[in-house]
This record gives sequence, structure tokens and C-alpha cells, in this order.
Amino acid sequence: MSDTKNFMFLNRRAPYGTIYAWESLEVVLIAAAFEQNVSLMFADDGVYELTKNQDTAGIGMKNFSPTYRTLGDYEVRHMYVDKASLEARGLTADDLVQVEWEDWETEESVDNIVEVVDSERVAELLDESDVVFSF
Amino acid sequence: MSDLHTVNKSPFEKNSLESCLRLSKAGSAILLYEDGVYAALKGTAVENMIASAVSDKKVYVLGPDYKARGLADDRMIDGVEVVDYAGFVDLVDANDKVQAWV
Amino acid sequence: MKFSIQVNEGPYQHQASDSAYQFTKAALEKGHECFRVFFYHDGVLNGTRLTTPPQDDRNIVNNWTELAEKYDLDLVVCVAAAQRRGIVDDGEAERNGKDATNIAPRFRISGLGQLVEAAIQSDRLVVFGD
Repeated sequence: MSDTKNFMFLNRRAPYGTIYAWESLEVVLIAAAFEQNVSLMFADDGVYELTKNQDTAGIGMKNFSPTYRTLGDYEVRHMYVDKASLEARGLTADDLVQVEWEDWETEESVDNIVEVVDSERVAELLDESDVVFSF
Repeated sequence: MSDLHTVNKSPFEKNSLESCLRLSKAGSAILLYEDGVYAALKGTAVENMIASAVSDKKVYVLGPDYKARGLADDRMIDGVEVVDYAGFVDLVDANDKVQAWV
Repeated sequence: MKFSIQVNEGPYQHQASDSAYQFTKAALEKGHECFRVFFYHDGVLNGTRLTTPPQDDRNIVNNWTELAEKYDLDLVVCVAAAQRRGIVDDGEAERNGKDATNIAPRFRISGLGQLVEAAIQSDRLVVFGD
């Protein structure tokens, strides 16, 4: 296997209405296992993937929301949220789950790797990635 | 180098094109294909999106999709370039990577 | 240049499979290499040999199989997505106690690691979806 690449997962779909968000998350977990540099970008309806208090008991579907909170344990270092998409939906960072990250070797830790960024930064981050996965 | 962005949805159905244009850097290449080709037409409510995008981005339309939908060449917004599938391949080759706004 | 292709939609419902096929064919005809075509989400439905479109319609599944035969393409159907949607080969039938298989010739079922590997090994990943 050749060198490590910067993978960006561009998530633009809401959860449950379609399976894209869930199956995208499955690729994220595998990519992390391949020791790639994995980042996630949430834009458009993708920001709904990160909202708190999801409860699927009444629709008979698996609630995969808790999995996002474990991504820090899978060495996912960055989860970016497009500010304009968030604001357009009347949401703020407080409405989103927090994801902790800790490097077990250096004990370096970050309380929350979910970061709200503006359009210009989103464009830069996408541009700087080696591969963009779109779901 | 820059990226190729692909948009395959009608701008009247989804906001893929809008997000693509907002979240892509100047100098990017944008390829409209499948139902995305409708954005390339003059005289629509969204004409200005493409008309202003061509000032700092290269906009392409996949000819086979445009033709399949019965769209006339003279209705295409000025500055938009038509490519065939071989041209699509060349665009992927010539740019750093592809961002699909599916 | 080395390409890999990801197909996220099933045939016929969306144009994505047709677009992916036309793109892959054009790339191969231009002399590029296709490392892998990976079928994910409903895209796994491209890989059932039981597809029987009307005679005057294109057979997308056969198109893939024929392209794979001509260029020795690696057509990979995601196992998790395939299990959800009932795409079965001999191994899956045995493992999951199914009484039939439907995988089309030249397709194989494998894990998501194949998509990640394709992205690592290829110069470009091109995604076709809805």
C-alpha cells in the first residue's frame, strides 16, 4: 500500500430519509482502519446528521447518531460543519453533538473536534484534500 | 492545479449547483451533466448563477446529456463549453481531483 | 492515468449507472487504466444477472460484464450493501443460508476496504450518484 492520503468525506444528506448518511459512516470507519488521514465535512442537509437527541424508536430504524461521537476513537481528527448550511437551518453549534478526541500515546486531547467553518474555509479544505468521497 | 466539480442535478430540483459554486475555489472547473445541464440555459430563473460563475470558473456541459434533453445550442449561456465523454475524461485527467456534488 | 469509479445508484432508476458506464468506457478507450469500479448503496443492483430489461432497452448489467471482459475490469460490489439488497454469490449464499445466487458474470462481492484501497491506489476517484 502506498502512502497516506488526506480523505475528505463530503456529507450533504440528512439521516434516515435515505441511507447515504449511514453507509457513508461505514466507509469512514473502514478508511480510518486503513490509517488514512480522515476528515469529514457536513454541508447542506448533511448538518442534520450531527444534531443531538435523535431517537429512532418510533420508526423502527437503527439510531446511528451515537457512532459520530465515537469517531475520535477511530482517529478521525477533523469534523467540519459549513456555517452557512447550519445558519440556513436555524441551527447553531450547540444543537450538534460534541466529539472528543485524544491521542493515547501523547495524551494530547481535544474536547470537541466538531468545528464550524465559513464557505471560504470549506472550499480550501475540500481543495486541499487528496480524495473527496461524496455521498 | 484546480479541481473538477461535477453537478448532475437540475438547479430547479436541488441546491447542488448553488452549493458547488459557493464552496468551490476560483479557477475550478465545473461540469454540468445529466439533469445538471438545465443550468446552462439562457433565460431561466437561475441563469445568473452560471453567467456569473463563468467569470472566475470554467463551466462545461456534457454534450450528449444536453442533446438528449432536446436543448438547443443557441440557448446555451455564453462562455459555457461543450465536451463529450472523451472530454469529460480529459477534464478528470487535467484537474487534481474530482468533487462530485451528488 | 489510473482511475477508479464509484457507482452509488442502481441501474434504470437513475442515470448514474449509465453515466458511470459511458465514462469508464471512454476512459478505457483513451488508454487510461481503470483500477476498479466499486458499486455501493443501491449501486450494488448493477450486479444482478437476473436483470431482464425489454428488448428495445439497454442492458446495463450486460454492458458492465462485456466491458469487464474486454478490458479485464475489476467490478466490485460492496458486501454490506449487497447483503441488505439481496445480491448474492456462492460464498454469500453458503455463509447466510440462501437458496440462490444472482451475481452477474465478472462481478465479485467484497468489502468496503476495496473502495478505500481503490482511492489510495488510484490517481482519481470519480463518483457517480443521485
